[in-house]
Amino acid sequence: MNPPTNGIAIAARELRKSYGDQTVLDGVDLTVPSGTVFALLGPNGAGKTTAVKILSTLVAPDPGSGQVVVGGHDLATDPQAARAAIGVTGQFSAVDGLITGTENMLLMADLHHLPKAEGRRTAARLLERFDLTEAAGRPASTYSGGMKRRLDIAMTLVGSPRVIFLDEPTTGLDPRSRHDMWQIVRELVADGVTVFLTTQYLEEADELADRIAVLNGGRIVAEGTAEELKRLVPGGHVRLRFTDPVGYRVAADALDGAAGDEEALTLQVPADGSQRRLREVLDRLDAAGVEAHELTVHTPDLDDVFFALTGGAPQAAPTRSNAATQPEEALT
Amino acid sequence: MSAIDLAVRDSTTMLRRNLLHARRYPSLTLNLLLTPVMLLLLFVFVLGDTMSAGIHGGVPDRSVYLAYIVPGLLLMTIGSTVIGTAVSVATDMNEGIIARFRTMAIHRPSVLIGHVAGSVLQSVASVVLVGAVAVAVGFRSVGAGALDWLAAFGLVALVALAFTWIAVGMGLVSPNAEAAGNTAMPLILLPLLSSAFTPVHSMPGWFQPFAQYQPFTPAIETLRGLLLGGRIGDNGWLAVGWCLGLTLLGYAWSTSAFNRDGR
Repeated sequence: MNPPTNGIAIAARELRKSYGDQTVLDGVDLTVPSGTVFALLGPNGAGKTTAVKILSTLVAPDPGSGQVVVGGHDLATDPQAARAAIGVTGQFSAVDGLITGTENMLLMADLHHLPKAEGRRTAARLLERFDLTEAAGRPASTYSGGMKRRLDIAMTLVGSPRVIFLDEPTTGLDPRSRHDMWQIVRELVADGVTVFLTTQYLEEADELADRIAVLNGGRIVAEGTAEELKRLVPGGHVRLRFTDPVGYRVAADALDGAAGDEEALTLQVPADGSQRRLREVLDRLDAAGVEAHELTVHTPDLDDVFFALTGGAPQAAPTRSNAATQPEEALT
Repeated sequence: MSAIDLAVRDSTTMLRRNLLHARRYPSLTLNLLLTPVMLLLLFVFVLGDTMSAGIHGGVPDRSVYLAYIVPGLLLMTIGSTVIGTAVSVATDMNEGIIARFRTMAIHRPSVLIGHVAGSVLQSVASVVLVGAVAVAVGFRSVGAGALDWLAAFGLVALVALAFTWIAVGMGLVSPNAEAAGNTAMPLILLPLLSSAFTPVHSMPGWFQPFAQYQPFTPAIETLRGLLLGGRIGDNGWLAVGWCLGLTLLGYAWSTSAFNRDGR
């Protein structure tokens, strides 16, 4: 296992790809340090799968693109060496449905040129690890979605890849299978593997990724840790609802900086979600002798970021171009 | 590991995979065998009297016609089996596992070579099965020695190789299994326009050049000569030439189609 140079597992400059007159990737830069999880987040059609296809040597980038280095190997000059370093689990399961789970695993072992006995051991060990031992003798086409995905990952791991691409690994899975998959990703990283995953679920990127890049319309519109991305949108708040206008007014006087809605009798007080800030708000209400009927704490989540950056909200269109440059300065 | 070692090893692995498919799901192969067997029984037992009268100076004799059509039907069996190849290649290419193979450090053409080797083995086995049916209904070779049999086997394998590569190309350029089945259909129709069922000289004059020189006729005439002792003449070279040409064409076509960028 030769570690990639400079501790960088994936480095891509100015990735471009068009199909006909449709531009899918419009100059994307990606850098993923070894041993980290990188999430490429974006809505459907943002170009996530195309990016994975290029990085995993399935399709060539357009001529205008810069250098792409994966696992220390330039894809343009030595794709075969890069292939030896990577493992790919695509959005659509890459298992052979006509043969059994064990046969799929042994097929991978043979293609990685493992000696027979070692191949059998590896297959059995991975099937066990992914809870597939019982189903190992059945054709993979009879597996549930979650089982297929687990077999898919197990097959990817036969060659002990140092860089793993997971293209929407939990799309179409039930919540339990999704959590299983998250656990699997965490274990991979614990083994020192670099994981590049794409997802349209913000929660997933938040759960797993060390760094997140938001891809929209073929461009990276923001990049950073989940925390950094959350800081890009206005902060959190405590929302208070009252039942009578008198209480509402007293509270509004007691809490300066609160934004009120007289009609709905609600107040929004800026708060960072910390216990101290919450207590401060409650103490002020106590001191003023009012009690809110209902209190909710709202922290900004990646959903807010996502909608702000990908133009989900109607007014976001003009800010999009700002977002494209601003995070670069703010975060790196 | 040298490049040759890698190629042989990965191709063997892919061949095993394809044979596993064929063994697990034999229905496709067996269905395709039905056509030549049905045609054999139809032409010999239902149409045999009329057909044999035509080639036997007006005297109906089914056994004469049986001997005449068996070589053609054996090669038609190959045309039929490779339709299955086109269908299974097209099906396979839509499977995610092919994308996985493309991202692995394996000998790339081994994916296709596995299909071809598996299909040639299946074709030869199918020809043996149809041959067994022919023997069961009374076909006997005339004066064929060990060398003739060996040459006959070699010819069958060569024809299978040529048409398999063509079928693999058809499977690769077809978007799905149905389209592949349709594209490959001429491969089973072509023998109908050869000397398989009636001699070329009995056909209309304008059609004779096509029937005479299309790939199946020289191969059928060569097989006839080997199994029944007739004159082979130029047909042997023509057959080998056709097979090598089609193999090269099919190989070049298939590998370029396979190496094209994915969707």
